[in-house]
Amino acid sequence: MTLLKTSAALAALSLTSLALGAGPAAAYKVFISNEKENTITVIDSEKLEVVHTIKTGNRPRGIILSKDGKWVIVCTSDDNRMQVYDAETFQYVKDLPSGPDPELPILHTSGNPLYVSNEDDNLVTVVDIQKGTIITDVPVGVEPEGMGMSPDGTMLVNTSETTNMAHFISTDGYKNIDNVLVDSRPRVAEFKSDGSEVWVSAEIGGTVTVIDPKDRKVKGKINFEIQGITKDAIQPVGVRFTQDNSKAFVALGPANRVAVIDAKTYKVEKYILVGQRVWNLGFTPDYKLLFTTNGTSNDVTVIDVASEKPIKSIKTGRYPWGIVSGLTPMKAADNGAAQ
Amino acid sequence: MSQAIPTTPPAALARTTNPVPPVTWGERGSKSLKLLALAVGLVVPAAAWAGGPPGIAPAETAPAAATAADVATLTLLMVRQLRPNRLPPLSLLDLPPKDEGLAGARLAIDDNNTTGRFLKQNFALELIESEDPAELIAEVKKRVEGGLGFIVTDLDAKATLDLADALKGLDAVVFNASAPDENIREEDCRANLKHTAPSRAMLSDALAQYLAWKRWGNWVLVSGTAPQDKAFADALRRSAQRFGMKIVEEREFKYDPGSRRSDGGFEQIQQQIPTFTQKLPEHDVLVVADEGELFGEYFPYRTWDAKPVVGTAGLFATSWHPAIELWGGTQFQNRFERLANRTMRPLDYNTWVAVRSIGEAATRKQSVDRKTLIEFMLSPDFEIAAFKGRRLTYRAWNGQLRQPLFLATGKLHVTVSPQPGFLHQFSELDTLGIDRPETKCRAYQK
Repeated sequence: MTLLKTSAALAALSLTSLALGAGPAAAYKVFISNEKENTITVIDSEKLEVVHTIKTGNRPRGIILSKDGKWVIVCTSDDNRMQVYDAETFQYVKDLPSGPDPELPILHTSGNPLYVSNEDDNLVTVVDIQKGTIITDVPVGVEPEGMGMSPDGTMLVNTSETTNMAHFISTDGYKNIDNVLVDSRPRVAEFKSDGSEVWVSAEIGGTVTVIDPKDRKVKGKINFEIQGITKDAIQPVGVRFTQDNSKAFVALGPANRVAVIDAKTYKVEKYILVGQRVWNLGFTPDYKLLFTTNGTSNDVTVIDVASEKPIKSIKTGRYPWGIVSGLTPMKAADNGAAQ
Repeated sequence: MSQAIPTTPPAALARTTNPVPPVTWGERGSKSLKLLALAVGLVVPAAAWAGGPPGIAPAETAPAAATAADVATLTLLMVRQLRPNRLPPLSLLDLPPKDEGLAGARLAIDDNNTTGRFLKQNFALELIESEDPAELIAEVKKRVEGGLGFIVTDLDAKATLDLADALKGLDAVVFNASAPDENIREEDCRANLKHTAPSRAMLSDALAQYLAWKRWGNWVLVSGTAPQDKAFADALRRSAQRFGMKIVEEREFKYDPGSRRSDGGFEQIQQQIPTFTQKLPEHDVLVVADEGELFGEYFPYRTWDAKPVVGTAGLFATSWHPAIELWGGTQFQNRFERLANRTMRPLDYNTWVAVRSIGEAATRKQSVDRKTLIEFMLSPDFEIAAFKGRRLTYRAWNGQLRQPLFLATGKLHVTVSPQPGFLHQFSELDTLGIDRPETKCRAYQK
C-alpha cells in the first residue's frame, strides 16, 4: 500500500515538474464555480488537488477576480445577484446587485465598474463594486451572454445568444457603436491583450468569428473538423489567448476537446482531449497551466500550456461552469487554514 | 364558415412599424384572444404583432418613421384549421388554449425582429383561420399571388397537401407545424412543403430507442380505433422491428368517449382497465397508441400487471415540453410565458421553429426576397439554433426538420433521443424517422 502510494505520488510529481519546466512552480488558488452544486471548488495549482470548497448562493456561473486579486466575484444566477468572497480566506464578503439571471461579469480595465450580462432581461447591468450599487442598465439583444472588454477600457463587447450578434458598446456613455452578425448562439467574446482582435465563439454555429474592433469588420472565421465527431457536437464556447497572443485555446463543448489555434493564421493545430462538455477555460497568472471546466463529467482538465498536453483531471463539484485563478501565490499556511 | 374571408387592406401589409400605442404584452395578448374568439374566420391584422418586445434600440437609430423607407418587411402567414368538433383530451390540464401554435409564431416574430432591427428587416404575421380548408386554401393562394411566400400551417394532413398543391409553381413554401402523418413526408411529399412537426415514425423511434436502452424489449400494444391511433400503432410496429423490440400481444381498445366531464367515472374505469389488461403474456411495458388522448391516461396505475405505460400516455415522445430548461430553455420559456401568459406546448414550438427558420434565412442572406430565402433554405448551409443543444437542419430528401425529441411524463423530461449508442453515418438525428435510403419521397430529387 505504502509503496503504491509513494510511486503514485512520485508519478504525479514528475508529471507536475515536467509540466512546469525548470522554474520553480508557484501555487495559485484556482476557483471553479459548480453550477448544479452551489459551490466553488478551490484547487491548488501546484499540488493539483482540491484544497477547499466554498458554499455559495444558487446556480453559480460566471466567476472573476477583482483587479487587486482580493475578491472572487461570482454570479449566483438563480438568486438574481452576485456574491463576493475573499480570495485568501474564502469568507463571504457581500452581495452585489445585478439584473435577473446574471451570467457573465467583466471588469472595466481600471478595476471598477463591473459589467454583467443578465440572460433573462436583455440588459447589461453596470455595477459599482465598491459601493455595491447599480450605475445604469444598457439594453442589448435577446439573451445577452458573452462579455469582452477591450484592453484600453473603451469598448465593451456583448454577445446575445438569440440575436446572434456581437454588440459593440462604448464604455463612455454606453452608446451602441456597432452590431456584428456572427453564427448561431454566440457564447464568449475575448479580446487579444493587444486589442487588435476580438474573437467570438458561436456554440450552435460551430465557429469562431474574428472581428477587428477598430472597423468591426470580420477578419476571419474558424471552423473545426474532428475525425469521428459529428459536426453538430462541435460547439465552441470558451476562448483564451496565450500571453504573447500567438495561440488561442478554444473549448469545444460536447466534442470533449480543446482546440489549439495559431492566432495569426487562424489555423487549427491540434485538438486536446479533455473531459465531457468542456465550456470555460482559465490560465494560471503565469500562463503555464490552462484549466478547463468539464460540465458533464464533473471535473476540470489541467493542460500544460508549453507542451499542449493534458496532465491531470481533478474532480470538482457537480457541473463545473466557470473558472478563474487567484493572482497571488498561495501561502504555505493557506492549505491548513482552508482545510 | 360560408362567409368569405375579408382581406386585410394592402396598406396594412406595407406598414413597417407598429401603429398601436405601446401596451403591455399581457393586454395585447388578451385583446387578440378576444378578437379571435369573436371573429372566427377573420383575418387578424398583422401589424398588431409586428412591434416586438422592448428590445435593443441602437443608440443612433432615428425614430422609426424616418427609417421606415429603408426597412424591408417580410410578412408571414399562419393558417389554422379550426376543428371545433375535435374531442377534448381527458385531462383539464391538457385542454388546448385558443392561441395554441399562434403564440409560438408570435414569439418567433418578436425574436426575428430583435435581430431584424439591426439589419433593417421587419417581420410581421397574419393569421387566417376557418373551419373550411377550401376557404383557407383559396385565401392563401390569393395572398401568395399577391406576393407573400411563407406559410406556417396548423392543418390536418389532407388540407396540408391540398394547400401545397394549390401553391405549386408559385414562389411559396409551406411549413407544416402540426400534421405528423408519414405519407405527406413520403409517397405524397411535395417540394414546397417542409415539416417542423416530428413525424409519427420520429416519435415512435425516439421512444423505441429509449426502451431499447432500458432493455424493455417486450411490449404489449394497445391501440384505439381512430385512424390516427392506427397510424401511430403502425409507426410503433415499425420502430419495434427496427430496434429489435418484440410486440408480444396487441389489443384494440374500443371505446366510446362519451362526455369528458362527468361527476364520477373513475369507479367504473378502475374496474374496466384491469379487466381489459388481464391475461397478457409476460411483458416489460404497455404501449398505448391514443393520439386523441381519449383513453390512454386511464391506463397508468390501473393495469392488471404492475407495468409502466408508455406511448401517448405515461412516458411519451414530444418536440417540446413546458418544463424544459435545457440548453438555454429557461429564457425561451420565460419569454414565451411573458407573451402568452401560459406555458409553451409542442405546437407552439413547431410554429416557433418554422417562423424562426424564415427569420434566420433572412438574417443570413440579408434579404427578404422570397425566392432567395426559399432557395437558401434548401441548401446544405441552412441551419438554425432552436434550444435543442445542437444545430437543426432540414432533411434534403423530404424537408423534414431533424431534431432531438424529448421523452417525458406530464411533469418532466426523462431523457432526450437519439439515445447514446445509436450511431449514424451522417447525423445521429437521422436515426429518428425514415432515413434517406428508405424514403419514398421523390419530389426533392432534381
